[in-house]
Amino acid sequence: MKNTRPSISFTPAPLAFKDQELAAAQDMVRACMQCGTCTASCPNAFAMDLAPRQMWRMLLFGLTQEVLESRTFWLCSACYSCTLRCPRGLPLTAAMATLKRLAAAEGDSANRKKALFYQEFMHNVEQNGRIQEMGFMCHYFLAMHDPLLPLEYTPLGLKLLAKGKLRLGGRGQRGRLGPLFAKVRSMEGAS
Amino acid sequence: MKYAYYPGCSLEASAEEYDVSTREALKRLGVELSEIPDWTCCGASAAEPVSSLLTLALPARNLALAEREAPGLDMLVPCSACYLNHLRVGRECASDRALPGRINEALGAEGLRYGGRVRVRHLLDVLAGDIGPEAVAARVNRRLEGLSVAPYYGCQALRPYALFDDPEHPRSMEPLIAALGAAVFDWDMGGRCCGASLMATRRDVALVSVAAILDAAAGADAIVTVCPMCQMNLEAYQSQAHHADTISVLYLPQLLGLAFGLSDQQMLLGKNLAVTDALKAKLRACEAASA
Ligand code: SF4
Ligand code: SF4
Repeated sequence: MKNTRPSISFTPAPLAFKDQELAAAQDMVRACMQCGTCTASCPNAFAMDLAPRQMWRMLLFGLTQEVLESRTFWLCSACYSCTLRCPRGLPLTAAMATLKRLAAAEGDSANRKKALFYQEFMHNVEQNGRIQEMGFMCHYFLAMHDPLLPLEYTPLGLKLLAKGKLRLGGRGQRGRLGPLFAKVRSMEGAS
Repeated sequence: MKYAYYPGCSLEASAEEYDVSTREALKRLGVELSEIPDWTCCGASAAEPVSSLLTLALPARNLALAEREAPGLDMLVPCSACYLNHLRVGRECASDRALPGRINEALGAEGLRYGGRVRVRHLLDVLAGDIGPEAVAARVNRRLEGLSVAPYYGCQALRPYALFDDPEHPRSMEPLIAALGAAVFDWDMGGRCCGASLMATRRDVALVSVAAILDAAAGADAIVTVCPMCQMNLEAYQSQAHHADTISVLYLPQLLGLAFGLSDQQMLLGKNLAVTDALKAKLRACEAASA
């Protein structure tokens, strides 16, 4: 694989950024009253190791390491049911995403691997302006270093190919987002 | 009626049939679309786990382009993830006064400016609200009698901002389906998550949701969707979700187009991954009945 980019976008981030993200996540759930509505509303709760309600409490108690070792926030599919229903009106879906960012920056290799899907996607967007679905999936497979993963997706790939759906999107915006990405990167203090 | 159109990346590639059917159905309804020039990816569901500022700056770029190139028009978005990404920029700016400045500092890299003047509208909102079932019914010349259609709304068109429908028990598609002459399949899975990008990162978990939705649709002739990700999750993994029979999954504007008398080819029905022979037979029967 040819890899000419400097490093994966937006990680690793400096310490200040991590502290900020952690504080932001804690602020989002500060008013939690432990009612459990979020857990009960989550379609993916069955696969989580920490129930969302429990995770918010641990986050507020400063058990950051334990929280970041959990798979709970990686299982959030952003359905916004918990955000909609939380009686305290807390932005829980945003808190889940904040934990994903924190875990990606935190450095643990399992977490970094889980963050790759999103980072490869954004890398493709940065280069192409509009996501090139096929190129993105290829990169993702390579980045995951899992030889079985592409095979899992072969049936879908063949189906899409047969339907003429594996075509390239517009190329006219290639490079268009470079300046914006660079600016955001410098504003967020990531190198 | 005229809208600034943001198709989004999927509609340019794997969800071409959603783009084509949206344009064709809206044209028949007298709606004019002006595609936003030079639009770029809104970040889909991948920006937020990477950068909070980018999450807002990417859609803000398109909104700034719409403000400049199509002033005064609402922005019509057919993809639910794109819709929410664009919608939340204004929502978050309203509650964080420092945010517009940060967004504009970022957009300054390209000389663009976001002024918060564009109203973001989901295709379903426009169809159900601005156009309405009467206008839709007036265009129908091939009534879809005998078809039972399960409306699937997904998440991000409904939540967290419940702007045009009940976010827990959505109903906005029902009058539209009825306007086509079809019957609304009675179920309560319309707002249940399809698993979204978990289908790529944790397929085992996403398949549980897909199986629950497909099982609940047993007895319907088709599920209709209003989002390319929902569509893909529901149509492409039916065998992995251990679903006994194939269930047809169509985009809502495809169904509209068919009822308007447009052909399967015009609606690119051949691109759909799950369309049963039984559905095709029923469509031919509708055609014969209206001939
Ligand atoms: S629903 Fe809200 S208040 Fe209740 S446990 Fe979850 S975060 Fe806390
Ligand atoms: S937004 Fe995420 S955490 Fe909340 S209910 Fe949905 S999947 Fe679960």
